[in-house]
Amino acid sequence: MNDGQNSHAEGAHPSRTGILRWITTTNHKDIGTMYLVFSFIMLFVGGAFAMVIRAELFQPGMQIVQAETFNMLTTMHGLIMIFGFIMPVFVGLANWMIPLMIGAPDMALPRINNWSFWLLPVAGTILLSTMFMQGGGPNFGWTFYAPLSTTFAPQSTDYFIFAVHLLGISSIMGAINVIVTIFNMRAPQMRLIDMPIFVWTWLITAFLIIAVMPVLAGTVTMMLTDRNFGTSFFNAAGGGDPVLFQHLFWFFGHPEVYIVILPAFGIVSEVIPTFARKKLFGRTSMIYALASIAFLSFIVWAHHMFMTGLPLAASMFFMYATMLIAVPTGVKVFNWVATVFKGSLTFEAPMLFSLAFVVLFTIGGFTGLMLALIPADVQYHDTYFVVGHFHYVLVPGSLFAVFAAMYYWLPKWTGHMYNETLAKFHFWISAVAVNLTFFPMHFLGLAGMPRRIPDYALQFTDFNQIISVGAFVFGAAQLIFLYIVIQAMRGKGPKATDRVWEGSHGLEWTVPSPAPYHTFGEPPAHVERH
Amino acid sequence: MLNATKKSNVRLAAILLTTAFGMLLFAFAMVPLYDAFCEMTGINNKGGRVRVEMPTEVDTSRSIKVKFITHVHGDMPWEFYTAENTLEVHPGEVKKVLFYTKNNAASDMSGQFVATISPGQGTRYVKKTECFSFNRQFIDGLDEKEMSVVFFIDKDIPDDVEELILFYTLFDDTLGAKT
Repeated sequence: MNDGQNSHAEGAHPSRTGILRWITTTNHKDIGTMYLVFSFIMLFVGGAFAMVIRAELFQPGMQIVQAETFNMLTTMHGLIMIFGFIMPVFVGLANWMIPLMIGAPDMALPRINNWSFWLLPVAGTILLSTMFMQGGGPNFGWTFYAPLSTTFAPQSTDYFIFAVHLLGISSIMGAINVIVTIFNMRAPQMRLIDMPIFVWTWLITAFLIIAVMPVLAGTVTMMLTDRNFGTSFFNAAGGGDPVLFQHLFWFFGHPEVYIVILPAFGIVSEVIPTFARKKLFGRTSMIYALASIAFLSFIVWAHHMFMTGLPLAASMFFMYATMLIAVPTGVKVFNWVATVFKGSLTFEAPMLFSLAFVVLFTIGGFTGLMLALIPADVQYHDTYFVVGHFHYVLVPGSLFAVFAAMYYWLPKWTGHMYNETLAKFHFWISAVAVNLTFFPMHFLGLAGMPRRIPDYALQFTDFNQIISVGAFVFGAAQLIFLYIVIQAMRGKGPKATDRVWEGSHGLEWTVPSPAPYHTFGEPPAHVERH
Repeated sequence: MLNATKKSNVRLAAILLTTAFGMLLFAFAMVPLYDAFCEMTGINNKGGRVRVEMPTEVDTSRSIKVKFITHVHGDMPWEFYTAENTLEVHPGEVKKVLFYTKNNAASDMSGQFVATISPGQGTRYVKKTECFSFNRQFIDGLDEKEMSVVFFIDKDIPDDVEELILFYTLFDDTLGAKT
């Protein structure tokens, strides 16, 4: 009971100031902000790696970096973007928005919340520090297949393993917090079915995290003992099996794909109805589709392994199960389009990014279907086609949804509107550059250019130069985004109203802008029913 | 926050943490489960090390061509070969094949032979009663060794399997043997 009284007595401001406020904070808004700041720093670090990769690939032959450095950069680019950017940025959005959207005063386990955040900078530092160690950092691709990551890996791999452990603990703690908050802290009148779709996507994502992050932790632990303590989990000489590594990794890895896209679905499902001034079409079917996708994600992992010599029957099973995912995903895309249909549309930056998400994510989904076909995958696997495919679902997919979320909720966080003209400019440059970057990759892949190589055959030069130019423009465009966000944080721009957007629905728009330090000390009186 | 909410928060968090811990155990359980699954279905082509009943009759109406392939993994300084590369075997007939290996290094070494059998449909019908791959092999520096495999083919083997390949890979296990 004491806790409850104290938090009311604290009033509207943090109890400490300066750096200690951020180190000791248990406030969901502070922690959300820290998550967002951390992940965007990682986005720019990972992006810088991508720029070097594209600079090297601008011409055939070796120009800028050594082959070993190139391998390290591709590996670190993948690891930083997945574990350092996309996962934390969604946890940051969850921290900020879930309590506001369900009328809760804070996250359910505030101290654990603080701990899960502060593990991240530690893990990120360990991971990045490997690049400066003797023998270089991880250079075996973000999928770290054994025995490349066990027998043949640089010394620093043990640090990488430890960093993955910390990242795993952080995201498991974050996920537990989200689930407990959603189940126990909702406003009394809010039934599960009344929850905003973003909260629904996070509930399901959190279950996925709890189910698969421990498997990743177990896998890297096996790597650790294989490397240092003479076990042979993945070593054929000692009776182990390298293919087992791939099974374990992709048992984690495929649900992970949905961990990094489901919250994006949630964001788009919030933004599109607001700017179409309509209710989300097929709300219930959206939730069932989410649950189906989450379930199917556990039984498709071996479609990443068609080339390992799986028995035909198993390959067929995984192929059909994979293609089945197109059904619930198709339901979602249909519902978004149906929400837009005959709506009173306006095209503010969040809406532009969301609409681009729907179109471009769908392209990524289709190329995924192509890769699901065994005979096609025999040709496409390990080529730039795969690189094109997963960048389409991650960049104009997840990343565009994150931009949409940032522009959508930034006025609520800062109390000031962002610069809409610049934001539209940011969108159009990004939308053109993203396609310029990733679309030609499909053709390169079909023509036979392998992925993860620093040098390539002469006939691939033209497309690679187009890709590199697109990548540089895309990278530069993100500096505009940085500028827009900083300007809004500094209070430049008109004051935002509480509703911010004309068509907005939901509890987060009933609190003042900027959202006060403590909100919903008393549960909201009225909750929208569905 | 109300005490009741706090209590149920901690309880739910504990349940979820236990689930996460259970999934960690599941990852480790996958190791024996994977082996058991492969053995049961014959997928991984390793062939069983099961206790086998010796065959009572020989089916002389058909014979299966059995090929042996030997391979030394990496740059291990051992030689490894067999005198008989191909063999015609009747189902139910017990055969013994000799393999030879030589340690060209001056130091004592140990190696592990790993067998895979192709095609997958035939794997489970190859019954080995004795094989040098069952145990780690130690050879003194510059010494050589004669090893044998004793096997038969189960008479239930499908008719469409006309040829079997036993592929042996030799791995350097000197470091593993020390620990």
